[in-house]
Amino acid sequence: MSVLEVTGLEVRYGDLTAVDGVALSLAEGETLAVLGANGAGKSTLLAALAGTHLPTSGTVLLDGEPVTRLPAHRRVRRGIVLVPEGRRIFGSLTVEENLLMGRFPKRAGPWHLRAVYDMFPLVAEMKDRRGSVLSGGQQQAVAIGRALLANPRVLLLDEVSLGLAPTVVTQLYDAVRRITAEGTTVLVVEQDLDQALRVADRVQCLLGGRTVLEAQAAGLDRDTVADAYFGITRGSRTDPTEA
Amino acid sequence: MDWLNAGVQGVLLGGQYALLACGLSLIFGVMRIVNLAHGVLAVLAAYLSLVLVEQGLPLWLAVVVVVPVFAALGYAVQRGLFNPALAQVGGGARGGSGGGSRGAGELAPLLVSFGVAVALTNLLQVVFSADTRKIPTGGLASAGLPLGDLSVGVLPLITLAVAVAVIAAVQLFLARTATGRAMRAVADDAGAAAMMGVDPKHMYAVATALAFATLALAGVFVGMSTQFSSGYGDLVLLFAFEAVIIGGLGSLWGTLAGGVVLGLAQTIGAQIDPQSGVLAGHLVFLAVLVVRPGGLMPRSVPA
Repeated sequence: MSVLEVTGLEVRYGDLTAVDGVALSLAEGETLAVLGANGAGKSTLLAALAGTHLPTSGTVLLDGEPVTRLPAHRRVRRGIVLVPEGRRIFGSLTVEENLLMGRFPKRAGPWHLRAVYDMFPLVAEMKDRRGSVLSGGQQQAVAIGRALLANPRVLLLDEVSLGLAPTVVTQLYDAVRRITAEGTTVLVVEQDLDQALRVADRVQCLLGGRTVLEAQAAGLDRDTVADAYFGITRGSRTDPTEA
Repeated sequence: MDWLNAGVQGVLLGGQYALLACGLSLIFGVMRIVNLAHGVLAVLAAYLSLVLVEQGLPLWLAVVVVVPVFAALGYAVQRGLFNPALAQVGGGARGGSGGGSRGAGELAPLLVSFGVAVALTNLLQVVFSADTRKIPTGGLASAGLPLGDLSVGVLPLITLAVAVAVIAAVQLFLARTATGRAMRAVADDAGAAAMMGVDPKHMYAVATALAFATLALAGVFVGMSTQFSSGYGDLVLLFAFEAVIIGGLGSLWGTLAGGVVLGLAQTIGAQIDPQSGVLAGHLVFLAVLVVRPGGLMPRSVPA
């Protein structure tokens, strides 16, 4: 059974339909990358999965249980944990206090403070600094660590690379690779195709709120993805399964 | 000697102001609401204790009853009145740090608290008339301790001790407990806190419950030391507000310092000219606003 099963999801902002009938499914331990250009509906999709913006129709099942109408704070307790766009670090809390907020839902699991510090040694060094003084990359590491401490059933990562230097992004995705290697089920939303392909098992490309491409990540032709990005039809929906 | 006396009395008076201001500071710090009903609610707590004492309850028992009742009232007022008003504030769902676009409902929580203040003041006048009252203390209010050549009031001393204890306890709660940490997280960014499993509406209500509990305690101490009436809440709100602003919005230790500065200004001002004590307090408040708009101990991080 899928850990996360989404069918017919439609999300609106007023008159604008940002996500228009998206379906997706995440198997245990799998990593899915949702790709697409600005405004393709990626972040809105994550907001609907995390419960920060409720969908107008469709269903979201977590381990077969519907969570579609559950508000964000109750969804986290069930294990859907979002690392939000823009990091959203608590500025007046110390780094360690930020991380400990991940323990608020009191979910049992393999992740604890020590494991997060081992994964991000730089974060450990800054544990007594306030969140507001961190650099973008440090904030992103803290945001990921904070989410891990909630021991997610599904970890949602929104635009990890946004506004960060390429070397920092590579380091962060090294960490994401280790997280997925631990068996955590992950959904990544990303504009940076190379980084997404480094961690993903499967890729789903959105355009105008709809799925235009679903494919295995291994051996995926970059041009195919790029076409899907910009809506160039060249016999799309090709499915280059295992190379 | 008179000046020394004025100084000691000022610090003691400051304890009362700090205790009054603590709840106002907490509510502002957590959800950026200036609760204009703060003063009249403290007076309501004083009346409630007075009624219980007149029914034959010992004063300490009246306090034990009134404080939890006010905590419950605070929780209910937040869920029933302030939370719906906060929802009208643009970007309210994303919390305070969103900045950017603000909706037209920015003033909604302030206006709701104003409505409560006006209605409650009038209700108190109808029920208790405009006569001044005082909670009987069995001589405690007039008892003094000789300290060298000075006489220090026992009640003001207790008030100051309670103020310091309450502020220290609230500060410890915020700094050391998981709930306190979550409350600070909600103050920083309510939306992000919700993503970590915190229900901001519940957390706001817990903060207001705590604030109302301290406010009730403060109201009882005011009622013991001062002749109060249904309209006395205005003055209480004014002094509490001045203490909060002088100390720096949202900082509890700052609020204690602010209360003491205000108390000192009033007693030293009165020492210079007996008619001008309160005026001196207002002038110091004004001077702080001009010189240090952020207060003496502003929050290090703007939330």
